Amino acid sequence: MATLGQLESANLNGGQKLAVKYFTVAIVLFGAQVLFGLLSGLQYLYPDFLYGVLDFSVNRMVHINALVVWLLYGFLGSVYWLLEEESQHEVVGLKLGNLIYWVLTAAVTVVVLVYLFVQIGPGKESTIWLINEGREYIEAPRWADIGIVVSVLVVFYNVAATFSKGRYTGIAGVLVLDMLALFGIYLAGMFYTTNISIDQYWWWWVIHLWVEATWEVMVACIMAYGLMKVLGVSRKIVETWLYIEVALMFGSGILGLGHHYFWIGTPEYWFSIGGFFSALEPIPLVAMVVHAVFDAGARHARNSNHPAMAWLIAHAFGNFFGAGVWGFMHTLPQINLYTHGTQWSASHGHLAFFGAYATIIIAMFYLGIQRWRGGTWMSGDLAGNGWKWKWALFLLNLGMVGMTVSMLVSGYVQSQIERAIEGSTWIGYFAAQIHPWFVQGMWWREVFGVMFLAGFILLVWDLLTIGRGESRKMIEASSAT
Amino acid sequence: MATSQWWASESFWRKTAIWVTGGSFVALILLTLDTIPQISTGSKRVPAYSVINYRIEYKFDESRHVQVPVIGAKEPLFGKELNEEEAEALVKLGKLTTQAKNCMNCHTLLGNGAYYAPDLTKAWLDQYWGSKEVREVQMVDFIKDPSDKLHNSLGRRMPKLDITDEEARGVVAFLKWMSSIDTNGFPYNFKSIEQEN
Repeated sequence: MATLGQLESANLNGGQKLAVKYFTVAIVLFGAQVLFGLLSGLQYLYPDFLYGVLDFSVNRMVHINALVVWLLYGFLGSVYWLLEEESQHEVVGLKLGNLIYWVLTAAVTVVVLVYLFVQIGPGKESTIWLINEGREYIEAPRWADIGIVVSVLVVFYNVAATFSKGRYTGIAGVLVLDMLALFGIYLAGMFYTTNISIDQYWWWWVIHLWVEATWEVMVACIMAYGLMKVLGVSRKIVETWLYIEVALMFGSGILGLGHHYFWIGTPEYWFSIGGFFSALEPIPLVAMVVHAVFDAGARHARNSNHPAMAWLIAHAFGNFFGAGVWGFMHTLPQINLYTHGTQWSASHGHLAFFGAYATIIIAMFYLGIQRWRGGTWMSGDLAGNGWKWKWALFLLNLGMVGMTVSMLVSGYVQSQIERAIEGSTWIGYFAAQIHPWFVQGMWWREVFGVMFLAGFILLVWDLLTIGRGESRKMIEASSAT
Repeated sequence: MATSQWWASESFWRKTAIWVTGGSFVALILLTLDTIPQISTGSKRVPAYSVINYRIEYKFDESRHVQVPVIGAKEPLFGKELNEEEAEALVKLGKLTTQAKNCMNCHTLLGNGAYYAPDLTKAWLDQYWGSKEVREVQMVDFIKDPSDKLHNSLGRRMPKLDITDEEARGVVAFLKWMSSIDTNGFPYNFKSIEQEN
């Protein structure tokens, strides 16, 4: 057995060794996301900054693509992390899994370099295949799309095969089906069409059904595992909740897709379908808050990993407010007519992605580092009273809430001046953009963005140092298997 | 034990999850089968590409209480009438160019994209182009090299994106065609360019 408090790969099982590789890339891309977000935010304030070198479109593309890919790496890492423990079987195709990890990482690197140094191409299909597909969130060129599909398929095979050879739990069942959907839906975004209404119809299948359906179910699985690990909650409770959440999330989220079909040329019946089902979307997220808090309190549970538990709770609140409340605020067509395509969307997007996804992956980072150091103490009474993780938690969350509220203020100005009064003309757009209230919102967004960056730096520092040289063993969560 | 109640049992919720998911997905497929023909090119809501041969207006519809695109008299783009195939080829070049130049990471199209530059849904009808007599020339010039043109008082400018003359004409054709899509009144209260004869 390796020495307690030191990073030793002997502390990890096969899947977990692969998981920490995914986690490492995830953190690097998280950093890139923050950096390019700050650059594009700065361009709102100083439009000549990097003009013609790294234009807003490039920075913003890297910002949102780094987001998607780091969360995907976080999910794949989390799945590999829990796979062997959950199935009680070695990962079946671990070598293949490792190979695919390197292939995927190399591909991501090439894509980012092409984004940064080639940026754009001529108006031909070859550009879409080689440089940039030019469709928000799924800009990755077609060759990389194929790579992503193959990679996800390999991970899917590893997961499905491992579970079917080992123990097939409730979490396993949900996870396997969810990954199948995750892979299948991505295919809907892999074709070119000139008809922009058809284009956006299928584009939303990928974006919405990933983010508002399959990803939510993915994090519900991770949450179920996390609660068992950190608090020792019984499997029966978390798996029953998991099914309830799947029913509610898919029940509202699949047809909630309709809230993207108000203004893209699609028929008017989507107003009712999209409005109704997307209004229901916050419900499972309420249940998730109750779920997490109730489980913690009612069992007088001893918490084996304070930072991870804190981030799980941040996830519960962030998911409810960011995805649920902030989404609901402008999901009804009567309101969305004035908010669609304004800083409202940016405000909602920031709090939702962070609250629902970044938080729970950070919780997994803490579970990962604890095991990697041999299962060290991570409850109360940490060195320095755990100031680093606490301040990182505080700065990241306050920074994000600050950015969200700032963009919402700017969004109000846009809805009123650009949309309601001026009607989305060129002049109307800039009438809102030059309004002092809008500009102030953009300033505050940048200030809180810097706060977020400080939180990120502290988080990385903490992950590198927490538990180092620690001699106490962790509290074992009661044996819930 | 409360867990013996049917509403708290794992198997009840597992079945519910499966049925709800399956049912929702089937409903989505059926709705998709109904929607796709309604938004296919040449449908009532999404006109054929040859619509660029006609004047397009955006007028208030009394019965729907929103503005809707109205296709008017013949007004061929760049003064040259195109058949359906030629029109499609030109709009396709334009659409490919908007993707290849990453327009969507500054602009919104049909309201989707980034928020650093104006929405393009009805850009063809925007008053910014002055009058309809100079609009086509102005648009092509602007798209080819916007960096030295007047944008706003903020100093925010679109960069030069190495767009050729033919690509720029394609983009204009794409924008004209896009302005003919029935978007249920989005954008609301839009004030169009003066184009009465």
